[in-house]
Order: sequence, then C-alpha cells, then structure tokens
Amino acid sequence: MFKRYSISLFVTLVVVFVCCIFFFSCSDSKKTEAEKKKAEPIIFGVAGAHSGDLASYGIPTVRAVELIIKDKNSRGGINGKQIRLIVEDDVCKPEVATNTATKLVTDGADVIVGHICSGATRAAIGIYREAKIIVMSPSATNPALTQSGNYPNFFRTIAPDDAQAKLEVDFALNVLKFRKFAVLHDKGDYGKGFAEFAKKFLEESGKAEVLLYEGITPGAVDYSAVVQKIKRSAAEAVIYGGYHPEASKIVTQMRKKRMETVFISDDGVKDDTFIKVAGKYAEGVYATGPMDTTKNPLAISAIEAHKKVYNEDPGAFFLNACSATLALLNAIEKAGSTDYDAVSKALRTENVDTPIGKIRFNNRGDAIGIGFSMYQVQNGVYVELK
Amino acid sequence: MEYFFEILLGGLTRGSIYALIALGYTMVYGIIGLINFAHGEVYMIGAFTALIAASVLTLMGWNQVAIIVIASVVAVIYSSCYGFTIEKLAYKPLRRAPRLSALISAIGMSLFLQNYVLLAQTSNFLPFPNLIPEFEFLKPYQHMISSSEIVIIGTTAVVMVLLGIMIKCTKIGKAMRATAQDRDMAMLVGIDVNRVISVTFVVGSATAALGGVLVASHVGQINFYMGFIVGIKAFVAAVLGGIGSIPGAVLGGLVLGWTESFFTGYVSSDYEDVFAFLFLVFILIFRPAGILGRSETEKV
Repeated sequence: MFKRYSISLFVTLVVVFVCCIFFFSCSDSKKTEAEKKKAEPIIFGVAGAHSGDLASYGIPTVRAVELIIKDKNSRGGINGKQIRLIVEDDVCKPEVATNTATKLVTDGADVIVGHICSGATRAAIGIYREAKIIVMSPSATNPALTQSGNYPNFFRTIAPDDAQAKLEVDFALNVLKFRKFAVLHDKGDYGKGFAEFAKKFLEESGKAEVLLYEGITPGAVDYSAVVQKIKRSAAEAVIYGGYHPEASKIVTQMRKKRMETVFISDDGVKDDTFIKVAGKYAEGVYATGPMDTTKNPLAISAIEAHKKVYNEDPGAFFLNACSATLALLNAIEKAGSTDYDAVSKALRTENVDTPIGKIRFNNRGDAIGIGFSMYQVQNGVYVELK
Repeated sequence: MEYFFEILLGGLTRGSIYALIALGYTMVYGIIGLINFAHGEVYMIGAFTALIAASVLTLMGWNQVAIIVIASVVAVIYSSCYGFTIEKLAYKPLRRAPRLSALISAIGMSLFLQNYVLLAQTSNFLPFPNLIPEFEFLKPYQHMISSSEIVIIGTTAVVMVLLGIMIKCTKIGKAMRATAQDRDMAMLVGIDVNRVISVTFVVGSATAALGGVLVASHVGQINFYMGFIVGIKAFVAAVLGGIGSIPGAVLGGLVLGWTESFFTGYVSSDYEDVFAFLFLVFILIFRPAGILGRSETEKV
C-alpha cells in the first residue's frame, strides 16, 4: 500500500517537474524571441593560435579584443547592441584553421579578428568570403593575402612583408634619385625575402638597374671580396637584406676602402647595436623601421589597461589587434549595421584613431597610415625622415 | 687587372687569418694527435681580453702604439693561461683514454667556454676599437689594402717563421718533435712529455690570441660566438695543408682564403662555402694527407 502510494507520488512529481520545465522554457524562448529584434548581440569571432608553440603570437590578440569589447560594452555597446565574443583556436595550422572558420561561421560570427599566421589566414579566408564575413588580421604579413585581390573581405592592421622593400625602393629612386643598385642579402628567410622584393620592385620600376644580386655568408671573418665586387659593379647604392652584424662589417669595410656607396637596409639593421659597432662608419646609413608608436596616447592607455588586468607588458601584435578591433567597431558604428557591404565601405572611407595611428584601408585591404618609416643615422642616432 | 689584385690581397688577408688560427690546431695535433676544438674559443677569449685591456688603457690616456702592444701582450698571456688550464683539466686526464673521449672533451670545452663568456660578458655584439693605426705610406693604396690587413699578413708570416725556427732549432723544439714521433720513447730518453705538451698548448693559444686581437681590430666587432666559424675554417685549413705541418697550415689557410675570395669575386658569393669545401674534398681525394702532409701508415 505504502509502496504504491510512493510510486504514484513520484510519478506525479516527475510529471509536474517536466511540465514546469516545459512551461518555463516556453516562456523563456518567447521572451528572447520578443527581445531578439531589439538587442541581438553583435558577435566578434576571434581566431588564432591560442595553444601550441605559437600561442604567444595569438594570446595577446585575444586579450586585446577582450579588453576593448569589455570597455565598449560597459559604455552601452554599439548602436544599442552588446557585443559578444567567440574565441576559437586554430593552432596556427592551415588544416585546423578551415575547421575554426567553419565553426565561427555556423556560430553566427558577424566579423572576425584574426587569424594570426599567414598560412592559417590564407586557408580560412575563403570560407569567410563565401559567408560574406569581414576578416581583419593583426599579424598576417604575407603580401599575396591582399595583393592577389582574391579576398575582398580581408583587411589587416599590419604592414605586409614587402612594405619595407617598397618604401626603400621608392625612397632610393625618387628621393635619392639613384639608378644603379647592388642588392645583397644574408641568405636567411628574412633577408632573402626582403632582397627578392627589392629586386622585383627595382626591375618593375623600369628606371633602375640591379647590377649585382648576391647572398653573402653570414658570420664570415670579412667581406672584402664582396665589397670589391660592389666597387667594380659601380653601383650607387647597396640595398641589403639581413641583420646588423654582417651589415656593420660590410659598411665598415666599404668605408675603409674609401667607398662612398650609399647603404640602405631593413629593420634588422635599424638597431642601436649597429651604430655602436660600426661607429663613425655608420653615419649616413639608411634603414627602414616600424613607425614610432610610443608617443601615441591610445597606445599608452591600451598598454596600461593590459598591465592593470594582467600585470605584465602585452605581447606580440597587441597594439595591432587593438587597432583592428577599434577599426571594426568604428566601421560597424558608422555603417549602422553589420551588413557586409556597408561595413567594408566604412572601413575604406572612415578614418579611425587607433594605437598604431590614424588609419583607414585601401581597396585591397591594407591599412593606410601604418607601416614603416625611413630612418638615417645622423650624429650617431637613427633619425626618422619625414 | 686591378680587380684581380684586390681580390688577391683580400684573399691573402682572409687566408692569413685562417692560417694564424690553423697554426695552433696543427701544432697540438702534431704533438698529441688531438683536434683541439676549444682553440677557436681561446681566440675569442683573446679578443675579449684585448678589448677590456684596451678600454682601460684608453681611459688612462696612453698612446695608440702602447695600447696595441700592451693589449696584445695581456691577451696573449691571459689566453695562454687558458690554453694551459684547458689542457690540464680537459685533456691530460684522458691522455691514455681512446681518442674519441678526448675529442668529445674538446667539443665540451668549446661549448663550455662559449657559454661561459656569454654569461660572464654579454650576448651582444661589442664594438672593438681600431687598434692598428693608419699608416701614412699606405694612403695611396688604401682602396686596395688597409693597414690592419698588412699587419695581419705580416704577423702570420713572422709567426710561421718563428714557429718553424723554434721547432727546428731549439731544445724544446727537438723535444716536441721527439714527442710527436713516439711519446713513450721520448719519456724513456728523459723528455718531460707533460711539459712539452703544456708548452705546445701555451704557444698555440698565444698565436690564437694574437689572431683574435688582430682580426677583432680589423673587423671592428666581437661576440662570444666569433671563434666558432673561424675555428671550423682554420681546422679545415689545417687539414687541407696537412695537419701536423706548420708550413702546411699556412699554405692551407691561404689556399682556402683564395678559393673563397676568387669564387666570390668572379662567380658568386651564394655558393662560396659550397665551392670552398668541394675544393677541399677534391684535394683530399688526390692527397689524402693534405697538400704538405706526409702520409703515414697507422702503427698497429
């Protein structure tokens, strides 16, 4: 008797419980349905390497986006809408990145900050393009991503790899008005990549001749043979891709041999050690280096905000990621929606103040107003040439 | 034609640098049959010592000739102490052990010294003052050869001749040759073999230190890693000339320096090392004991 009573009681309770759940969930969904039109959050997808050996390149971006979105949400979001983040890891691997992209698209991301590595970005942006989602990378520097013109949905807040070479070639041709060049590199990925771009731009310009194109052996005791070769080629300027130890040896030997050939190099040489080591022979050497952002008030406050939360200096590409987020927020605000065409138009037309400077984007998606400046050694320091 | 001479002189300088370091390798190998991989590091320590000494002397306001002489002497003495200590610590206990053990010990010593200087000094490149004054009489020829290059070439020649005289004509030289021929027999006739080996290491280290000072002053920069590549190249030079032979080391250094320079000057510097080592392989195919080496049958 007691047993049957308890069973019926149990069944009743279960039924009531299930009904309650059903009822509440119904009313809950009704409520969101009603509010959905008013305040559907804008979803920012953040993709990049958040684990694995390249995590140190991706984590600062996540932190940058989090800090800025939190600040924006606390001030009421954009156009009355809150912003929500979805963070997905691609481990910097192209084969993982396609899954990451698919997941972000199905989760309804409106815009993407990422990816971090060029290879992963290239694998993923096709998927976003099909879904008409704007992607903005703080760090993917591969030139083809923008220059191929295949990805109108791709933007970036970092200068592409060939930006330095482009700047140097333009400077040498138009400001210094040289026509005969020797292009040297240290055979490394960085130096050789740079030298190849420089050679390509010089040849494409149609105005200049590349008289000598050579890789030198890094760490050799001296470079007298190469220096003599430069002299014989009668080049007016040497464009060198590589780092400062070899550059200082070459410059020193050139000057000791009474050669006045102008020396132009990259940000591997724009290092104070170069001046210290080459001493008086460094005078007059040109080098490109990243634009100075240390005096930008937005950069200072962004770094301070990071220090307050994480109690350490931000890592790689932090300011680029802050700038990407700010640029996207600004464009969505100006466009009034997350509509693909409106936002990409706003990105290309509206200037926005960011920690890396006042930027907008060109037709291919590269930021205008960031990148590299030309520096020259004058009286023992690198001076930015305006 | 002028270009040819410029390349020739450049190759001569480079070859002399290799030769100066190769002398130490070849002496040590000749006496105890050990490839002293720490030799390049002794060269590096010589350069660091000279930098410190020269900085102090410059602060005290001495004149340039005094600075280079005193800095070189300090570097030579200090590096010789290192050479002496390295031998006592790392090689002497292994003298009766298989050759491979001493070789591993040498590699270990090389790594140890590199990292020791890295930690004790700095990982950065340091500027090295140009200690060698510009000679007045060289002014018209400056585009071809600088005074530091002349000094390097001259020093190598003098050191080679002095070492040759020492080995041929002095008592310790005689003892060295005896030790090289047969260590046990040398001991039986009353030669203090340990002393002979120590002297060899001290002399070898002294030449390395001298090389370090001159080369650092020539290129104007030093860091803890500078001895490694030069050490490898000098070792190659010693093998090329016939390891164990003093004139062979110098000849090997010059051949290597010229091969590299002429290949760079007339073909391309991209494959400078590839070509230099290909050349080495060819020479060793036709003369397995090196250019001036005598082929010996291994005593069983």
